[in-house]
Amino acid sequence: MLEIRELYKSFNVGTVNQKDVLRGLNFTIADGDFVTIIGGNGAGKSTLLNAVAGVWKPDSGVIYIDGNDVTNMSEYKRAKFLGRVFQDPMMGTAADMQIEENLALAARRGKRRGLGWQIRPGEREKYVKLLGTLGLGLETRLTTKVGLLSGGQRQALTLLMASLTQPKLLLLDEHTAALDPKTAAKVLEITDQLVEENHLTAMMVTHNMRDAIKHGNRLIMMNEGNIVLDIAGEDKKKLTVDALLDMFSKASGSEFSNDRAIL
Amino acid sequence: MALLGALPGAIAQGMIWGIMAIGVFVTFKILDVADLTVDGSICTGGAVCVMLVTRGVNVWLALFIAFLAGIAAGFFTGALHIFLGIPAILAGILTQLMLWSVNLKIMGKANQSLSARTHFVLISQLSPPLAILVLCGFLAVLIALLYWFFGTELGCSVRSTGCNRNMSRAQGINTGMTTILGLMLSNGIVALSGAMLTQYQGFADINMGRGAIVIGLAAVIIGEALTQRIFRGFIARLCGVVLGGIIYYIVYQTVIFLGLDTDLLKLLSAVVVAVFLGIPYIKKTYFSKVKKEAGGHA
Repeated sequence: MLEIRELYKSFNVGTVNQKDVLRGLNFTIADGDFVTIIGGNGAGKSTLLNAVAGVWKPDSGVIYIDGNDVTNMSEYKRAKFLGRVFQDPMMGTAADMQIEENLALAARRGKRRGLGWQIRPGEREKYVKLLGTLGLGLETRLTTKVGLLSGGQRQALTLLMASLTQPKLLLLDEHTAALDPKTAAKVLEITDQLVEENHLTAMMVTHNMRDAIKHGNRLIMMNEGNIVLDIAGEDKKKLTVDALLDMFSKASGSEFSNDRAIL
Repeated sequence: MALLGALPGAIAQGMIWGIMAIGVFVTFKILDVADLTVDGSICTGGAVCVMLVTRGVNVWLALFIAFLAGIAAGFFTGALHIFLGIPAILAGILTQLMLWSVNLKIMGKANQSLSARTHFVLISQLSPPLAILVLCGFLAVLIALLYWFFGTELGCSVRSTGCNRNMSRAQGINTGMTTILGLMLSNGIVALSGAMLTQYQGFADINMGRGAIVIGLAAVIIGEALTQRIFRGFIARLCGVVLGGIIYYIVYQTVIFLGLDTDLLKLLSAVVVAVFLGIPYIKKTYFSKVKKEAGGHA
C-alpha cells in the first residue's frame, strides 16, 4: 500500500540549524496494516507522515501509494489517496462551517467540485447515520458550527471525515496528544472502530507507548531519522512498555530520553 | 431640511458602496485575505463603463465588460500572490499601482464625464429615489447569486480555504486556485460598483478609488456589528454589509452638513476603521482579567 525508498529530508540546509531529519529511510506497509509509530522528539515521526502527505517535497527518494508514484504530486492532489488527522484539533476541520458542510467537503475529496449544491438530497441522512456511530450525540447537531465543538468531538469528526472516502492510507499524527486521557481513549476507540469497519490501512504516530502497543498490528520505533525497531504479529501482542524501553536502548545505544513516552 | 433632502442621495451612494463592500467582504471575511487591489479595480470598472457607454455600447453590456475587467484585475493579484509567492497585501498594492496607469490609458485622461441627459444609464443622481429602487433590485440579484455560489461545491471550497487552508488541502482542495477565484470574484463585484458609481455621479475619475478599501472595510465592520448578534445567516450578513455602506454615507453626509472640513474626511474614516479593527485585540489584551475566585475556570 505504501512504499518508501531511500527518503532523505533536511531542514534549514546550509545554516547552523541544519537538521537532517530523514536519512535514507526505507519503509513498506502492506494492505490492511495498522502501524503505530513511536520515537523521541525529533526522531522523524511527523516528518515521515508529512512526507507521505506531501506537505513539502523530500530532498531525494521515492514514495509510492498503492502503486502510484506520488513523490512529485502536490499535497492537494494526493489527498485523494489519504485521510489525515492532525495533532491540533483546530487543524482538521473548518471552524466557521457547519458539521454537515465539513463532512460534505470531505466526501468530495479527490472529486471535481462543480456548481452543484454542496449538500445533495439524501446526503444528510447518510451523515446522520455515520455521526450516530460515533456515539457523541453529534447526529442531532448537523448545522452546528464546528468551532463550537470540544477538542475530542472535533477529532472524532475529523476521523470520520478522513475515513469518509475510503482512503488508501489513514495518517494519524499524534491525534490524541492534545486531549485529556479519557477523551483520548474515546477517540482511540473510534479510531479502531473506523479502521476496522472500513478495512483501512493506517499509520498512527503517538507519544504514548501503551497506546502504541495496544492498537494496531505492527509497531515501529524511530530514532534519528531511521526505523530502529519493527515488531509485528504475535511478537507485538506480547510487548510490554518495559520490554520496549529495553529494546530501544539496545537498538539506539542510548536511554529513551523522553519521559512523555513512558506513560 | 437640507440634511433630510440629501438623505436619498446618501442612501443611493451608500448602496453603491454597499456593492463594493460586498466585494471586500468576499476577500476580507470569506477568503481571509486583505486585498488592496480594490482601490484600483473600482476605478477600472468606472473607466470601462464610461468609455463604452459614451461610445454607444448598451449599458448592460458595459456593466458586464466592467465586471470582466475587475475579474482580470483580481486574477492578476491572485497570480502575483499564488504563482510568484508575493504576500497578498503587497500583490494587491502592486496591481493597484499598475491599474492607475491602466485606468489612465482606458480613459485617455484623468476624468471622463457621462451625462445622464445624453446617454441612457441605469441610475443617476438626477433622481436618487429611482436610483435607490434600481439598486435594490441590483443588490437583490447580486446577493441571491452569491448565496447560490457559496452554497455550491466550488463556493464551499472557497469558504473552507478562507477558514482553514491546511484542512482544505488535506481534503483535496487546490487552495491556490480557490484563492485566485475568490480574488477574481471580489474584484469583479468591486468593478461593478465602480461602474454603477460612475453612472450615478455622471463621471469617472482617476482618483475615485483612493481609500476605497477603507470605506469598504468600514461598511463590512459596521454591517457585521449590526447583524452578528441577531442573525448568523449568509444573506443577513450581506444585507448587513450593504446597510453598513448606507450608514457610512449617512454619517458622512451629516458630518459634512455639520460643517466639518472635508479635507479631514479620509483621516476620520481611517481612524474609525482602525479603532473598530483594533477593538477585539484591545479587549483581549488589555481588558481580559484572569478570574481569581474559586470555581472560575483558570
